[in-house]
Amino acid sequence: MTLEVLLEGFIQALRLIVTGDPAVLEVTLRSIYVSVLSTVLATTWSLPIALVMGLKSFPGKGILKSIFQGLLGIPTVALGLFFYLLLSRSGPLGVFHLLYTVNGMAIGQSALVTPIIVSFTTNAIEATDVELRDLARTLGAPETRVALTVARESISGITLSIVAAFNRAFAELGVVMMIGGNIYHITRVLTTAIALETAMGEIAFSIALAIILLLIVLSITFLVNALRRSR
Amino acid sequence: MNVLSTKRTSNKVRAAAIIVVILVAVAGTYAYLTMSNQGTQAIVVSTTSIYETNIKTSARKHLIVSTTTSFYETGFLDVVKAAFESRYPDINVSFISQGTGLAIQTAMRGDADMILVHDPPSELKFLQEGYGVNRKVVAYNFFVIVGPADDPARIKGLDPLDAMRQIKIRGDDGHASWISRGDGSGTHSKEKRLWTAAGYNATVLRNEAWYYEAGAGMTATLKMANEKSAYTITDLGSYLMNYDKGNMKLVVLVQGGYDLLNVYSAIACDPRNKFTNKANFEADMKFLSFLASDEGQALFDSYGKEKYGQSLFKPCVKLLKTGTNSTEASWIKKYAIDPFGGSECPPQYRYEAGDLYMMASMPVTTMRLETPIRT
Repeated sequence: MTLEVLLEGFIQALRLIVTGDPAVLEVTLRSIYVSVLSTVLATTWSLPIALVMGLKSFPGKGILKSIFQGLLGIPTVALGLFFYLLLSRSGPLGVFHLLYTVNGMAIGQSALVTPIIVSFTTNAIEATDVELRDLARTLGAPETRVALTVARESISGITLSIVAAFNRAFAELGVVMMIGGNIYHITRVLTTAIALETAMGEIAFSIALAIILLLIVLSITFLVNALRRSR
Repeated sequence: MNVLSTKRTSNKVRAAAIIVVILVAVAGTYAYLTMSNQGTQAIVVSTTSIYETNIKTSARKHLIVSTTTSFYETGFLDVVKAAFESRYPDINVSFISQGTGLAIQTAMRGDADMILVHDPPSELKFLQEGYGVNRKVVAYNFFVIVGPADDPARIKGLDPLDAMRQIKIRGDDGHASWISRGDGSGTHSKEKRLWTAAGYNATVLRNEAWYYEAGAGMTATLKMANEKSAYTITDLGSYLMNYDKGNMKLVVLVQGGYDLLNVYSAIACDPRNKFTNKANFEADMKFLSFLASDEGQALFDSYGKEKYGQSLFKPCVKLLKTGTNSTEASWIKKYAIDPFGGSECPPQYRYEAGDLYMMASMPVTTMRLETPIRT
């Protein structure tokens, strides 16, 4: 029975992809939109934080690093609940009407993936050659130039951290469920659709959606790796 | 060496740029799709048409209804949405599916415009605490007790309360087990009230070995009961849907009777409450009236008839109005109307109700008396 359902799921996934099913396409594109937006948002503030943490030394840096590393494991529902209360009409940010919207979901997810980008990028920067930094400094480069040089040198690690952030955002359920509410045509994304279809007893269809989700995550990762290697 | 590494990194920068471009392109596609979804026929690149598009999109009201999982999972609300939106093209209605407990809380926080639930005691509380107005009883059906076909507790055909006592006795012997929703939903409250009526305390039972608390939706709970060959209580709609899909082999063992009655009501959020989205009250009332209208009631009546041989939700507006002598109408009255003071929505909980209460439920003479003079 279980095997049959799995097989049926695979066949259905293929059919949905080949026929370009509009409903599946819609949730998939929405998933991509939310994850891209959240990754871009998170990157804008995470890279500067990571550069400062990787290049400078200041009191409390160790603790800050530990906090970011600890937050890597934050439960998504907990974060979702926090943002739900924050964005709720009766919450402090209620006036912006972001609850049950894709942009609200992206904001929640950006908080989720921030620790990923910060931690991985900090590590990548710290792993760059110390001599390179010193060389740049002795050549009289201003601090921003030094930061830029180091960032370029560790671009591979930074790319990896951004891809990891995207994948995490794309595949997580808790935040998008709590903030988005899984509303048909408005906030339904791949993961919430999988949860709902399972709840509705459409097991094979859920598996099909899960396969599509995996295919996208894998193909983006392959693409990035291929580009990193070929150049 | 320096030259080499610069070349390598700049290529990587280019690679990263390509990826970003790809992702942004896809995101753009999505934005395009959403725009074209929201009531615009075609996107013509001209300022006037974009202006008109914006007007159209923003003028469309977005009504959010928080509702119960059992209602939502059957797929019935998709039918309601389609019919309602074809009638009122300027309103977009969305459903958030939660257990009744959470659904009510969502509305209390102002995050939903109305509720569609099935738990009279918490509905009364919702009205009394000043969050809801204009309650309308719209449909009913019956819960059923389902279990494995070999029926180890021998409950088949028993009265619901006797059946639950029997399950408890056989559970203590280790021959039967019970799965509870355990999620604060309307079904869960119903189950707890049944245990109380049977002479037990559900908060004590939850510690017993034969009593499992799923903390999950109806389908998940049914599947768990199926895996464990356990008994559980479910609304008939969820059962029929899952049985039909081949998700489980459980059979209906106890059904019918006042104790298993399940009544659905719709309540609008009080626009005088500080968190409510005032702009949506009018749309709220349109949706409420729609559910109570002949058209809306016919949707209840027809849904599932073809597929399952019976309606999953029976309409009750007309039944309450005309069939006051029928047993089921008197049960509904006793269960979901009498605790409210003999009216599905007493006058003090009505607000700009329009003709909502004219359409049904009260005989003409008392109706006049119950309509408030000033709203």
